[in-house]
Amino acid sequence: MTTDELAKKLGGQIICDGGRETAGAYAGDFLSRVMGKAPPGCAWLTVMANVNVAGVAALADIGAVVLCEDVTPDAPLVQKCAENGIALIRTPLSVYGACKLL
Amino acid sequence: MGESIKLFYNVDGHDFVSCGQASEDVKRTLKNIGFPPEVIRRVAIAMYEGEVNMVIHAAGGVAEVEITEDAVRVALKDSGKGIADIEQAMAEGFSTAGEDIRELGFGAGMGLPNMKKYSDEMKIESTVGVGTNVYLTFYI
Repeated sequence: MTTDELAKKLGGQIICDGGRETAGAYAGDFLSRVMGKAPPGCAWLTVMANVNVAGVAALADIGAVVLCEDVTPDAPLVQKCAENGIALIRTPLSVYGACKLL
Repeated sequence: MGESIKLFYNVDGHDFVSCGQASEDVKRTLKNIGFPPEVIRRVAIAMYEGEVNMVIHAAGGVAEVEITEDAVRVALKDSGKGIADIEQAMAEGFSTAGEDIRELGFGAGMGLPNMKKYSDEMKIESTVGVGTNVYLTFYI
C-alpha cells in the first residue's frame, strides 16, 4: 500500500512520506515487542510519539508509522522518519479503529 | 572482504534520545558492505536491544563489533549492577525497568529474549555489582 492509500484509508494526515509501499500492519506501544513481532515493511500503529519510535522503525525496517488518536509527534521523530525514509501518518482513529479499516 | 572490520562504540548511559546510534551505524556499515537485508535486520534489532539495556540498567557501556565474511560478532560490555538471575531475565515480559522508562516505551521485558531470537549464538556473563557482558554472533 502506498503512503497515500494508507492515509486515505485511515482518514489520516501525511506528516512525511517515506516513498515506499507497506505490506501488513502491527499494533503496539512497547518498543521491544514491536521489534520482536512486527514484520519488515509493515505499517506500525501506535500512540507512542517520541524519537525512539523512529529509531525502532528504522532498525526493524518498518515502512510506515501511524500515530493514532491524533497524538502529536515530537519534532525529532518527524525529522528522523524523514531522514530514514519512513512514512509518518497521523489519524484521529484509535488503534482499534485503525486496525478495523486495514 | 579479506580482513575483518572492527568497530567500537561508547554507549552514553544517560541519553534515551541518541540511544541506538551504534546499532544504526552498524546497520549502515553492513548495508554498504552488501550483507543480506535479513541478516542486517537481525543484527540491528538485537544490538539495539543491547544498547537500550546498557542505557536503562548500566549507565552505558561499550559495544565492540567484528564483521567478517561470514559472520557478525557483537560484544556489549557494561559495568552496571549485573543480572542476579539470568534465567529470570531471559523470560519474556520480565523487566526491572521503572515506570519512567516504561512511559518511553521501553521496559517491555523483551530485550534479552529478542537478542536471543535474532542472534544465532548468545552468551551472557554477569556478576552482580560488577557488570554484564553479552556476546552475540550472527551468521550469514
